[in-house]
Amino acid sequence: MQHVSPIREPLVTGGKTYHDITEDVCRQVEAKPNARWAAGLAVALVGLAIFVYSVYRTLWFGIGEWGLNRTVGWAWDITNFVWWVGIGHAGTLISAILLLFRQKWRTSINRAAEAMTIFAVICAAMFPVLHMGRPWLAYWVFPLPNTFGSLWVNFNSPLLWDVFAISTYFSVSLVFWYIGLIPDFATIRDRATGPIARRAYAFLSFGWTGSAKAWSRYETVSLILAGLATPLVLSVHTIVSMDFATSVIPGWHTTIFPPYFVAGAIFSGFAMVLTLMIITRKLFKLEDYITLEHVESMNKVIILTGSIVGVAYTTEFFIAWYSQVEYEQYAFINRAFGPYWWAYWSMMTCNVITPQLFWFRGIRRSLTATFIISIFVNIGMWFERFVIIVTSLHRDYLPSSWAMFSPTIIDIGIYVGTIGLFFTLFLLFCKFFPVVNMAEVKAILKSSSGVANTNTMHSTDKGLNTNTHHSNE
Amino acid sequence: MQDRIKYWKGIEELENTPEFQKHAHNEFPEFLPINDTTKEGAAGVNNKRRDFLKLLGFSVAAVSLASCEAPVRKAIPYLNKPVDVEPGVANWYATTFYSHGDYNSILVKTREGRPIKIEPNPMSNLTPMGTSPRAQASVLGVYDNNRLRAPYIGGKESDWETVDREIVSRLNSVNGKVAFVSSTIISPSTKKLINEFGSRFGNFEHVVYDPSSSSALLAANGGVVPGYDFSKANIIVGVNADFLGTWIAPTPFAKQYIQTRKVSSDKPEMSRHYQFETRLSLTGANADVRVPIKPSEEAAFVAALYAAISGGSATLPASIDKKNFDAAVKDLRANRGKALVVSGSNDTAVQTLITAINQALGAEGTTIDTASPFLVKQGNDAQMLRLIEEMNAGSVGAIFFYDANPAYDHPLAERVVAGLKKVGLKISFSERLDETAALVDFVTPDNNYLESWNDFEAKKGYLSLAQPVLNPIFTTRQAQDSMLLWSGSNTSFYEYIRNNWREIATGDFNEFWEQTVHDGVLNGRTLSTGNTTAANSLTAASAASAISSRRAAATTGDAVEAVIYEKVQIGPGTAGAANNPWLQEMGDPISKATWGNYVAMPRKMAEEREIVQGDMIKVTFANNKSIELPALVQPGQAQGTVSIAMGYGHELESMPVAQGLGANAFPIVSVVDNNLLYSNTVTLTKTDATNPIAQLQTHHTIMDRLVVQENTLAKYKENPKDVTEYIRIATHDGPAKPATISLWDDYEYKDHHWGMVIDLNSCIGCGACTVSCHIENNVPVVGKAEVLNRRDMHWLRIDRYYSAVEHEEKDYETMEDPAENPSVIFQPMLCQHCNHAPCETVCPVAATMHSSEGINQMAYNRCVGTRYCANNCPYKVRRFNWFAYFENDKFANVNYMMNSDLGRMVLNPDVTVRARGVMEKCSFCVQRVQLGKLEAKREKRRPKDGEIVTACAQSCPTDAIIFGDMLDPESRISQVLVKEQGERAFHVLEEINTQPNVTYLTKIRNLA
Repeated sequence: MQHVSPIREPLVTGGKTYHDITEDVCRQVEAKPNARWAAGLAVALVGLAIFVYSVYRTLWFGIGEWGLNRTVGWAWDITNFVWWVGIGHAGTLISAILLLFRQKWRTSINRAAEAMTIFAVICAAMFPVLHMGRPWLAYWVFPLPNTFGSLWVNFNSPLLWDVFAISTYFSVSLVFWYIGLIPDFATIRDRATGPIARRAYAFLSFGWTGSAKAWSRYETVSLILAGLATPLVLSVHTIVSMDFATSVIPGWHTTIFPPYFVAGAIFSGFAMVLTLMIITRKLFKLEDYITLEHVESMNKVIILTGSIVGVAYTTEFFIAWYSQVEYEQYAFINRAFGPYWWAYWSMMTCNVITPQLFWFRGIRRSLTATFIISIFVNIGMWFERFVIIVTSLHRDYLPSSWAMFSPTIIDIGIYVGTIGLFFTLFLLFCKFFPVVNMAEVKAILKSSSGVANTNTMHSTDKGLNTNTHHSNE
Repeated sequence: MQDRIKYWKGIEELENTPEFQKHAHNEFPEFLPINDTTKEGAAGVNNKRRDFLKLLGFSVAAVSLASCEAPVRKAIPYLNKPVDVEPGVANWYATTFYSHGDYNSILVKTREGRPIKIEPNPMSNLTPMGTSPRAQASVLGVYDNNRLRAPYIGGKESDWETVDREIVSRLNSVNGKVAFVSSTIISPSTKKLINEFGSRFGNFEHVVYDPSSSSALLAANGGVVPGYDFSKANIIVGVNADFLGTWIAPTPFAKQYIQTRKVSSDKPEMSRHYQFETRLSLTGANADVRVPIKPSEEAAFVAALYAAISGGSATLPASIDKKNFDAAVKDLRANRGKALVVSGSNDTAVQTLITAINQALGAEGTTIDTASPFLVKQGNDAQMLRLIEEMNAGSVGAIFFYDANPAYDHPLAERVVAGLKKVGLKISFSERLDETAALVDFVTPDNNYLESWNDFEAKKGYLSLAQPVLNPIFTTRQAQDSMLLWSGSNTSFYEYIRNNWREIATGDFNEFWEQTVHDGVLNGRTLSTGNTTAANSLTAASAASAISSRRAAATTGDAVEAVIYEKVQIGPGTAGAANNPWLQEMGDPISKATWGNYVAMPRKMAEEREIVQGDMIKVTFANNKSIELPALVQPGQAQGTVSIAMGYGHELESMPVAQGLGANAFPIVSVVDNNLLYSNTVTLTKTDATNPIAQLQTHHTIMDRLVVQENTLAKYKENPKDVTEYIRIATHDGPAKPATISLWDDYEYKDHHWGMVIDLNSCIGCGACTVSCHIENNVPVVGKAEVLNRRDMHWLRIDRYYSAVEHEEKDYETMEDPAENPSVIFQPMLCQHCNHAPCETVCPVAATMHSSEGINQMAYNRCVGTRYCANNCPYKVRRFNWFAYFENDKFANVNYMMNSDLGRMVLNPDVTVRARGVMEKCSFCVQRVQLGKLEAKREKRRPKDGEIVTACAQSCPTDAIIFGDMLDPESRISQVLVKEQGERAFHVLEEINTQPNVTYLTKIRNLA
């Protein structure tokens, strides 16, 4: 059985009972929408409208609506793509890897994190399609049998690997997330009063009975999917990084990219999870489930991954110098001191310097500080992709072709629009789906929460538990 | 109830037959056709539903098919096939392009009766290889929608009968002088005709003026341009003469010039070219030694040069680089009989001295062919100035304008406009309502030159013919035919030319004529009558003393010296060039600026006045007139001077492409001693406005990179293997050629391996190849806004690099700045057709792949437009269709070749017009390669070397581009490659191991 540390804080605070968990989580699903949620959704819908308009302009008139040019063929489109894919890493990492490592603390945040993954990958997947000159032919990137002659896709192309990587990752994440939702849907179904809700959740829960056999299979499937998803967490961003690493462009052609990109992805994913969690726990009063302990754990991951990307940035510079290749050297000098110096230093400040503040426990456990730093990391990681893509392309080999890139209103519209799309989906998720995995939180309640102490044999010394005053009112 | 009125729905109900009763309870009692099949009751239920679905399916299909119907496009086949026209097979006709000095003997390619491409006429002795950019682009003129479709009377459309009647009657009653104003006419028959036409009037004068005048040169040389032959010169000194770009006859000059510039290790000799000039011209960019001089110092400089050559004494202005001057003098004196000095000045004193210098150097008879002068400039400034005065005095009764637009391109345009009001009868032969034609009584539109017969004599003894390659598209009439008609003659101009040529014919005239029309050229015979030679009133001595007595015009305060120059692509701004999108988008060879003119100033001046590029500058000149133009920082521009191009500032709707671009600089040209001087003193005022300049290249230095290589002749002579730096990769077995280390298997080429060699020593950067490529491959023109967005579509561009200011190694910030007087190098850059192409591996749908003959191919239909290939191209030669450039109102003017029915006629039917969202790039003219192979196959042989030529190679006036099969050991390209391997041949970015099929040859400079 689980050993309960007398020092470590309980994972669920507030002396919750099993029933409390059900009530707390189901409350926002069953209750009428609260005003703050509705206001949030309204803002998100405005963002979505901006997205729709910008996409219309792009599809109707052409990619010329963006600020790209003959030298800089990718800019905000692929920056946004990589940024969203990166954000989409945390969910599966938390669910799958932490499940395999038996990290119990993940249970209260994995649901929302996985949802975030799904929605971020949806946002990301918009860009490879939208950035195409002829998106209506996007299906040509799939190796489909066809009547065009013996036309086949080019398996040498990293873009094709992307197609496989992203679609696999999305499918597995979606299934993993959904399997986890089934017992909770059944709970809601059983509590539902309205006929529509009952039918809808009955359908969503796939006829879950809660039998021991069902639970056993549930556990097995979760483990198998976690096993499948774990390599994907590493592979997706590895393959995304190969879009750049396999090219010949100075600043892209770098063998360090796969680990560096994966670390960056986890870094940005955790930052986004924190941003969302800090809002969600406040909005839905889930402070007892998503505790400071969670925030601190994630901040520790952030400081680790942030330092990894910091080392990567330095290594790139070292290798550029060490290689003695003039084009490489110039690419990096140009990054730091060229016309896009501000992007580079924004990246350095946000990604390398600010996360170091988490060495201080006070900052690590401060919700306000964490929230601000998580926003910084989100911004920094966007700039990282912008720096890699635009500053490498805009001055590559032949100086005659050097050019600058500046975004148009449509570029900005699509980016802001995907944020709108993301929050629309996330807010709908928060309202209609259980944001915390009730079943799994219940599983850790006994072993972790202070309330369990009185009636389990694994008691914790009350004197050492700072939260016991909450219990058993 | 019984007496209730009974209504019935129809006659059936009234009759109430059993048949009706049977169906009365149904919802649709009528006899619906779907019930027709329901013979039996129970089965009928199913059938009804099926029939309903059938009907539904049919109607949905019918409706959707109807809505999908493509618009009807009529392709009308030949009812009776014209002789010689084979659909799909091109016909070629020899003809001649001439416009304002730019002479090219050309072949016109026609497909199904419409001209689509212009190539050089290899039978010509003057322009056997290559054409000028303007000649290339001129094929579009015939499809210009803004040409007049009928004659005009008083600004209203009319018909030829009315116009002819009125003109003839008014010519009969003309009072006063009859003037025929034209730019230089080099057609002997036309000149003869004009004189004959005028002979019936008591007082007739044929006034010839050139917007870019060489009046002084003519005055100093007996009314002709000396027969310069650069190919015989060891030492060339140019003084403000852009002879490779715009001066006199650039295409023949380029051909001559390059003969002395090509080097090989067998013959490591080349001429040395000094250029003393104000603005950095195309010629100056090619010079071995270039020295900036101010326009005000030009006369004193030439006087000093004369003194130094003839042994007299005159002081060189202090600001001119003495070292290079002395070197030039020393070289000139050491090369008597092998030296040539040319000047673009329009100052008779200067040109008199230049003539004297050439005489002193023994140039006459050697580097100047005295027997065969050039005839392409004949304008007489004084004559035109006098006519303007006469017009204003009211003594001109009738005036004709032929190929002349003085209301726009004469510095005294205001006086011309005022004078025109006092002329009784004004007739213009202009093809469109240009600035002058808008002011005349009658516009009798001339045919386009591709619709006309004509003859030309650009150089004495070098005749050529023009023949029509299609019927006139509009109801226009050739000016010469109009003149013949108005003089009451029944002959056509065609007959007139034939009659004129009878005097030089040998043998049977019809045979001679057929042959000459076929060849397009006739050498060794002349039709030009003696020019009216005005003896030069100046001698060398008097010219020198006149110059020395001049006081340098002191520029005070904000005043600076301005020079007005012709742009290589636009020239003096005639409609044919200015309204041509290809030329506007081609970009200046030096500044790389497109779509407009600007005030080019040295960096120092810009810094002193706190001007940044794109700031609008108010240029104020004589009489407080001013124009506003954006500033451009131009390295090499002489200190304290600015230069402004002529040919812009058209405001008329008849030139929608040029409308509103730049400002008209002709008024700045000053009139001194009856000569037009293309320099003036102006004041510059910075305004608050800005107007960005659309440049094709915005970074100007090479950043110490090894992408383009050059070396000196001295080193080349010493060891030809030492002039090119080859990148080697360090391996365990020592340094290795990058191509020997590869992860990839090499392609196997069995039949052909196409390749290209570009000799950087031969390339003068004129840009003819860029235009030629545009035309051959239906490359869209995108306009100023899109060029500013850096989205030009040039498949072949010419990269121009300036040398940087002195800097430490790896001082990247400093090396971004071009030197004050930089050396310039041009590098034509196109798809390198890499054997290990980075673009080919990254395309997810394999839309770009390698052919079995080494060509990197684009399958436009397969492209989904990810642009990964363009990002991964180290040469950045791939071009993306950001918009649909065809049938798109946004590009209706700038790309009218793809947006109007008439414009589309010029498109090459062998090359597809690319859709929105696909990538495109140089294809090595794969359509020409295929054609050449098919022709050879039909004759059961292999293609011969030289049969297959890309558009760029064919239009290069200096033979800088060699295209051919590298597998054929006999081919020119193979032999050059064998010879130059390890000497001058290099690949750009060899170290990334793309293994290009395009090889460059190192540029050699003959530094003093």
